[in-house]
Amino acid sequence: MKRTPTVGEVLRAKGVSRRGFLKYCATTASILALPPSMIPRIAEAIENARRPSVIWLSFQECTGCTESLTRSASPTVEGLIFDTISLDYHHTLQAAAGDQAEAARHAAMVENDGGYLVLVDGSIPTGNPGFSTIAGISNVDMLKETVAGAAAVVAIGSCAAFGGIPGANPNPTGAVSVMDLVTDKPVINVPGCPPIPTVMTAVLAHFLTFGAIPDLDKHGRPMTFFGTTIHDRCYRRPFYEQGKFANTFDDEGAKAGWCLYKLGCKGPTTYNACATAKWNSGTSFPIEAGHPCLGCSEPNFWDAGGFYEPLSTGNFDSGEKLAGAAVAGVALGAVAAAAGRRRQAKFTKEG
Amino acid sequence: MTTEQESLAPPSPFHGNVRPILNEVMHAIDRLLETDEPTTIDLAGLPFGPGELEHLEAALGTGELSAKLDALGTSRIRETAYPGVWWLEHRNAFDEVVGRYLEITRTPEILSSQDADIIAGRARLEDQFE
Repeated sequence: MKRTPTVGEVLRAKGVSRRGFLKYCATTASILALPPSMIPRIAEAIENARRPSVIWLSFQECTGCTESLTRSASPTVEGLIFDTISLDYHHTLQAAAGDQAEAARHAAMVENDGGYLVLVDGSIPTGNPGFSTIAGISNVDMLKETVAGAAAVVAIGSCAAFGGIPGANPNPTGAVSVMDLVTDKPVINVPGCPPIPTVMTAVLAHFLTFGAIPDLDKHGRPMTFFGTTIHDRCYRRPFYEQGKFANTFDDEGAKAGWCLYKLGCKGPTTYNACATAKWNSGTSFPIEAGHPCLGCSEPNFWDAGGFYEPLSTGNFDSGEKLAGAAVAGVALGAVAAAAGRRRQAKFTKEG
Repeated sequence: MTTEQESLAPPSPFHGNVRPILNEVMHAIDRLLETDEPTTIDLAGLPFGPGELEHLEAALGTGELSAKLDALGTSRIRETAYPGVWWLEHRNAFDEVVGRYLEITRTPEILSSQDADIIAGRARLEDQFE
């Protein structure tokens, strides 16, 4: 394997001061949701880390995930490409390069055998191979060939993580997720339609910083970002606990910014970081814009019932029962918060 | 205003997320005074409703010292109206905010000259004599 420069060497060569580097480490700690006390450890790890080679494969997807990543603000995708990772192949960005792009993929696989990361967006059709091909290679064959020498695979977006819209009923292409096909390598799922840009970059930053994949939940999602529900961190949650709900999109409750639970909000059952990471450089997130959470980072969200049907349909039909649910929600939130504190304490102790 | 009208009032900046942070800052000041232990609060991980972040910034006010750092984008380091409580805002090269912190400390570490930079600077100075 060729010797690649460390991130510290790359940054110094670019004239980045130690102050600038500490700032970079502070923002890295922030996107990894690690306590600021971890910054010295992150600085040491990043200083000596070597840029990992990254190969990005795009299968049955809409390009929304790439669109999301290229709008990542912290760090910028340009920063990631030039400073943190070596993005050696990205089918969508390199489409015009043709054979040269495929040659770059093969070269990266050979030079970084056993150590490169494979990022996949889009689901993989298992029906007719002709449903989706790249350079005449079926998606299944390209995935299997590329992951053979990979250190880990990151499934970007709900299509790659869980099948997504291509896999929704009636699933005409026989679409499956990455983890359905890759069973002998670590698979990290970063679902969302699209995923939050900073979550995507944070997974790469974690791999770079600690040389290992982050702690994952039962669906293979990083606990750092998928450890609590949207509801747990929603700024409208106090209204839920007070039993104040919008009943239509134009009633007084909606205008007053009350809880969107009755309008079908899937926040209580959706694990993601939208409520704090937010979108568009931290501007807002769907609930802040007045729309219920669709639950896009959960498995099979497309087939999980109507977007505007309350989660409680058939269970909670009155304000009193909703208030009861709110009390239960507070208890669950407290448990989740305690778990989060334990995890943070663990990191602090290890630091 | 009737009770009904009050309950339907437009959202105020008070969703309940600012007061706990001010309380945490107060305890952090106590820790700094009693044990000299600094505290950093990462505002990125906390839920804020519309207007709440601005409300927090206004509640902390502006003190007598502020600094601008040009490294991988601009950073503003400003002491709030409460001595020992600093508001730090990091921006990237595209002027997008990439981090906001409250540091409860005597001097934020990022203001100090770093050894690596001092050594590199001394070498540049020495070059002037050659």
